[in-house]
Amino acid sequence: MKINVNGKELTIDVTANPSLLEALREQLDLTGTKYGCGEGACGACKVLVNGTPLPACITPAVTVQGKKVITIEGLETNGELHPVQQAFLEVDAFQCAYCAPGMIINAVALLEKNSNPTKQEIVDAMNGNICRCCTYPQIVEAIYQAGKQLA
Amino acid sequence: MTKTKANPTLKAKSGISKSAVTNLSRRTFFKRMGVGVASCVMLSDIVMGEMLAADAADSLAAWIHVSDTGRITVFSGKAEVGQNIRTSLTQVLAEELFVSVDDIDLILSDTMRTPYDRGTTGSRTTPQMVPLLRRAAATVREILLETAAESWNLEKQSLDLERGTIAHPSNGKKLSYADLVSGKKLLRDVDSSAPLVPVEQWRIAGTSVPKINGRDFITGRHKYASDMTLPGMVYGKILRSPAVGAELIEIDTSEAERMPGVQVVKDGSFIGVTARDSSTAQVALALIQAKWRHSEQPSRSNLFEHLVSKSKNSPSPKNGVEKAFTQSSIQLEQEFLIDYIAHVPLEPRVGMAEWKGDKLTVWTGTQKPFGVQEDLSNEFGISKGNVRVIMPDTGSGYGGKHTAEAGVEAARLAKAVGKPVKVSWTREEEFKWAYLRPSGVIRVKCAGTDSGGLSSWEIYNFNSGGSGIESPYEVDTKHHQYISSDPPLRQGSYRALASTANTFAMESQMSDMADLLSMDSLDFRLKYLKNERLSNVLVAATEKFGWKRSKAPGSGYGLGCGTVKGGFVASCAEVEVDVATGEVSITRIVTAFECGAIINPRHLESQITGCVLQGLGGALFEAIEFEQGVVTNASLSSYRVPRFKDVPVIETVLVNRPDLPSAGSGETPIIGVAPAIRNAIADACGVKINRLPMLPDGRLPRV
Repeated sequence: MKINVNGKELTIDVTANPSLLEALREQLDLTGTKYGCGEGACGACKVLVNGTPLPACITPAVTVQGKKVITIEGLETNGELHPVQQAFLEVDAFQCAYCAPGMIINAVALLEKNSNPTKQEIVDAMNGNICRCCTYPQIVEAIYQAGKQLA
Repeated sequence: MTKTKANPTLKAKSGISKSAVTNLSRRTFFKRMGVGVASCVMLSDIVMGEMLAADAADSLAAWIHVSDTGRITVFSGKAEVGQNIRTSLTQVLAEELFVSVDDIDLILSDTMRTPYDRGTTGSRTTPQMVPLLRRAAATVREILLETAAESWNLEKQSLDLERGTIAHPSNGKKLSYADLVSGKKLLRDVDSSAPLVPVEQWRIAGTSVPKINGRDFITGRHKYASDMTLPGMVYGKILRSPAVGAELIEIDTSEAERMPGVQVVKDGSFIGVTARDSSTAQVALALIQAKWRHSEQPSRSNLFEHLVSKSKNSPSPKNGVEKAFTQSSIQLEQEFLIDYIAHVPLEPRVGMAEWKGDKLTVWTGTQKPFGVQEDLSNEFGISKGNVRVIMPDTGSGYGGKHTAEAGVEAARLAKAVGKPVKVSWTREEEFKWAYLRPSGVIRVKCAGTDSGGLSSWEIYNFNSGGSGIESPYEVDTKHHQYISSDPPLRQGSYRALASTANTFAMESQMSDMADLLSMDSLDFRLKYLKNERLSNVLVAATEKFGWKRSKAPGSGYGLGCGTVKGGFVASCAEVEVDVATGEVSITRIVTAFECGAIINPRHLESQITGCVLQGLGGALFEAIEFEQGVVTNASLSSYRVPRFKDVPVIETVLVNRPDLPSAGSGETPIIGVAPAIRNAIADACGVKINRLPMLPDGRLPRV
């Protein structure tokens, strides 16, 4: 099956009906997208599908045919970090950082819709993403800073 | 800098004077490392009362090498699991070596390349490694200074150091570390008299250096063990028993075996499958028909009765405590119940294994790479030298990754199928078959006199553990006792171990006792604390919090404090209780923490925030539910962990003590939050919740 990931037309084998997460990680070596729970409850595997953040672990790969998938690896342009990534780097928000790709993808989607969210709007939009190291205040701060940059 | 003389042998604290260098073949070392100047630290310099298996090769604790390009490589067996030790250790090294953190490669957790380490546990990395690495780095720096001084025929203390170069005092000439090292093969023991940069003069340590390689993590480029692959690798899955104590009696794997590309491995009760992708492996596993014999197992509904009735001992108060209790006019006796909780590291266990002949390499996320090496060596009856364990920076642990399961499973499958295998645990496997923070029953008894004196103190912990069980307060007669039991589920280490549970019980008791004696609970604590460092954080937290402020109706203030693992913490909580609905909201938590000289304020703040919020989960709603040996909420949709919306206003006070050695910070700040919240709820509405979690549904329990 043809799949468009990060602007590239790629081919994946869907005979075993893999999830989008499995296809990205095992067939395309795009391992930035993480497994966390397998039921769309933690946000570690979020990718943008036509701009909407979806949990790749419960999205069958076959359902993204003809759509545009953006993963964490697709956010940089010409080696320049996305403003959200830049803000996370500057705020130094993460500990183990395993949740980082899903957090950043979800934050990018939030800022596309609402470029200058309040902290409460950030909390509401990010609640589906778990940071088990619990540096939540730092993550809110990073997204808030990114919003200020983009506004 | 004072003049020092290089000391050819390190004086070991254990009294055994043994040179690290003599145990290390110089030829092998420089063959591996290339020419350079290096210094190494012996384990005997770390070990204080801890006995370690130390054959010659294992006796090294760390080494530092400066290559002829000026690049500095440092080796340590510690593990980075998100506590950001890669950053803090690099900072103290850079400080002593007068280089930037970018000039240092810190190699961690690779049993072939790094020295033996017992494990990254107990908040020991900072107190153990920081003094050692500072001294080792200072030794290397002094060697470089001596070399420069010799070539200019000057005294070394007249030379200036700046980012990897040594400057001549008068003629403007400079020698880089690369120049100085060129052509040399110099390996020395750590010089215990090499002068250290005083903490007050720190320029790199003590500052908020951002996470090393931070960019790799936010771009998805960092390869966790779960992201790794090998050529020809297949994905493995293991057949799990359905319940604790279940025994396999019959198995039919024929359907799975018929699947193309699937291999089934059967070795006694170890049954696994491999396939070229994980979805195929998952299907193959599901096609295995297994019959199990179940045995009677405890459930959550009878957990606490079980722990007490199966306890190995009874409370045995020391003479004097009972008498003091019975003779006192004010008595308080309470029981606290602690449920099982799970670590839930966001990266579940993973192991990837490759055999080459009888040599095995395993990549895994673990806090004990050398423990995994030992387990693998025992499992396969091969020497440790034939087992290499590599741990890339890992997706967290919180005390939950001390064991080798996924690595052993991957290695067994890899051996059987003759290909590299990766075994990634699912979230469900992690909940059901990893280990949990122990549940417990804690009984506290204490007594006071009419004059406000605390006359007796007893605490008995059934099953959850003895960590932090000693009361920090001065009482005339005290007794504490940990009583082991027969745990119904697999249990083990957890961030701060049982200190969280013991501190919950003790600090709840202290606040209730203050009430009984009509004293303010801050004043009551300060009256009985002789530990100045603990009093200091208590004062710092309550000042920031505004402890003596007046309260709105329905709101309450509470506090909890304690000291474990060299750290001192006090947390204050503010809550609002709607008595009509029973709804409780935690509105603010202020935490003051002191762990000696601060190495990285930003990362310390993250550790404290993380501890407080992870502690909030265990305090309010996290609990493992189980029925007849089966965990029934083994998923993140049914086991609740803290999320963005659970976060109250969080404030931290970092109490810096540059005059004291740095201690760890990954555990201690978790212990004050549960009692602070519990005491705040009691303050708001009088309801005393002596159970963790306190508010599984967000409301006061019905009395």
